[in-house]
Amino acid sequence: MGSITLEKVSKSFGTTAVIPEIDLEVVDGEFVVFVGPSGCGKSTLLRMIAGLEDLSGGRIVIDGKDMSSEAPAKRGLSMVFQSYALYPHMSVYGNIAFPLKMDGQDKAAIDKKVKDAANILNLTNYLDRRPGQLSGGQRQRVAIGRAIVRQPKAFLFDEPLSNLDAALRGNMRLEISDLHHQLKTTMIYVTHDQVEAMTMADKIVVLNAGRIEQVGSPLDLYRSPRNVFVAGFIGSPRMNLIEGQEAAKQNAVTLGVRPEHVRISKTEGAWKGTVGVTEHLGSDTFIHVQVDGVGKITVRTDGDFSTDFGQQVYLTPEPARLHRFDANGQAIPN
Amino acid sequence: MATLQTRATARLMMSPAVILLFLWMIVPLVMTLYFSFLRYNLLMPGTEEFIGFLNYQYFLTDPAFFTALGNTLMLVGGTLLITVIGGILLAIVLDQPFWGQGIVRLLVIAPFFVMPTVSALVWKNMLMHPVNGLFAWIARSFGFQPIDWFAQLPLFSIILIVAWQWLPFATLILLTALQSLDGEQIEAAEMDGAGALSRFFYLVLPHMSRAITVVILIQTIFLLSVFAEILVTTNGGPGLQTTNITYLIYAQALLQFDVGGASAGGIVAVILANIVAFFLIRLIGKNLER
Repeated sequence: MGSITLEKVSKSFGTTAVIPEIDLEVVDGEFVVFVGPSGCGKSTLLRMIAGLEDLSGGRIVIDGKDMSSEAPAKRGLSMVFQSYALYPHMSVYGNIAFPLKMDGQDKAAIDKKVKDAANILNLTNYLDRRPGQLSGGQRQRVAIGRAIVRQPKAFLFDEPLSNLDAALRGNMRLEISDLHHQLKTTMIYVTHDQVEAMTMADKIVVLNAGRIEQVGSPLDLYRSPRNVFVAGFIGSPRMNLIEGQEAAKQNAVTLGVRPEHVRISKTEGAWKGTVGVTEHLGSDTFIHVQVDGVGKITVRTDGDFSTDFGQQVYLTPEPARLHRFDANGQAIPN
Repeated sequence: MATLQTRATARLMMSPAVILLFLWMIVPLVMTLYFSFLRYNLLMPGTEEFIGFLNYQYFLTDPAFFTALGNTLMLVGGTLLITVIGGILLAIVLDQPFWGQGIVRLLVIAPFFVMPTVSALVWKNMLMHPVNGLFAWIARSFGFQPIDWFAQLPLFSIILIVAWQWLPFATLILLTALQSLDGEQIEAAEMDGAGALSRFFYLVLPHMSRAITVVILIQTIFLLSVFAEILVTTNGGPGLQTTNITYLIYAQALLQFDVGGASAGGIVAVILANIVAFFLIRLIGKNLER
């Protein structure tokens, strides 16, 4: 009911190739997240799937039908935009009803569907308001409401949470995940925030400069990144990447170890270093340590660990959790 | 630092400008009001005397007044209709990316910089002239009888000239409104299955409604006092067919030398303009609240 296949899809503006050639399979009911730094082509890719951007080459197949040159409305997808793109002069009701009205459905059917959507999204009390009178989170929900009433084959989300504050973003993340479990519809979600990707996705697609770096479940990417880029991008705080002598000892050009896989001790360990900035989050503590001959290492330890600026500490990476990369940045299997 | 002293100083510094503007407005208004109650004819100097509302009575019962009122409304309404609809269409065309867009935009705006007398003369002698005009030549080359614009369709001709002058203004304001429309809204509507016409009526037009009311308000203010175009083309004729209130007052004062009657007409025009302004401001206020 909502499988999307990209076959050798490419996009270039003039002579600049934004997306070289991409093959991707999105299975029905999956929550797929495109993640990557800004300018990596993830939004362009989403807009190509939506039909708002023409393909330079390749095919987009939705439910077995080639939709590469079909108009956006005919593809049976709906999209939630970064700016929400609500119609400012229509009420919330008008906004949610708009796609149904354009579809030519009769008043009673529209009314029922709008009320149902409002119910799911807790918007029942706001149906008469205009978008300008709503908070950011409510606007977001209206945009989602407008997307779900059409009962699309798949939802496309274009960085929908980036305009919200941190607390609200956490809430909306849960709400969207909840919605996915309720509706069981395919969702494609674009973000530059790896936390959103890790927490929501069934499958993460990591993009860099228009290329797919790795596709996999969140924990796959976390445990076995295929290359340095994915290793550095997935996980927060970032994985420590060590080059030089210490890496050469392990037969690698780059050595990666996550902050949570480094043990810190005041008395003994493999590396000796000086404590720099310490960030106390309460539950965790991030300690930035300058290690002699290795460089800056971030360590994640429990919230009760306390150190002072300039103090001597010893670090020990867990040998089993080391990631080794070759000269091309590709992972070397252990 | 809005302390008491700075506020007092600010008022003092502003007062010359404010007082000058106030005098600029109040002196002519009071003098007109004063003249309107006098018998004051330039052909009979020295016989000025107070005659109460007699000037008003004559002006308002003059059959020419109602013809002029009708002509004024036709002129304002017709011009607004042409400029608003034409302006919307032109703005949409100019909003599309095409080669030479900058030059075309400049050309479209050009008529606004031509002064009314000149543009009326150009239209009269080069375009609408029944013998030498471009329109007549076009009509003849298709084998039709040329139209004698100012004799057969005098008011419509005036409306056409005035609309030509004001179309650039409307286009400019509406184009800027159009450019401020969020592109994602249009894309969202596209995904929602709205065709080009639905997008225009449900998104573009409501988005432009504020700009449209501004265009209507500003143009109405200026169109109520159209004068030069009439003076250099038809002189209010044939008969009274192109006489508007402004031209009627001019005729009263400078063709019949009746300063008192013209002043009464001027005051009537001011009252009429205020009635129009009252409704327009309410309309705009409603639109701006949203």
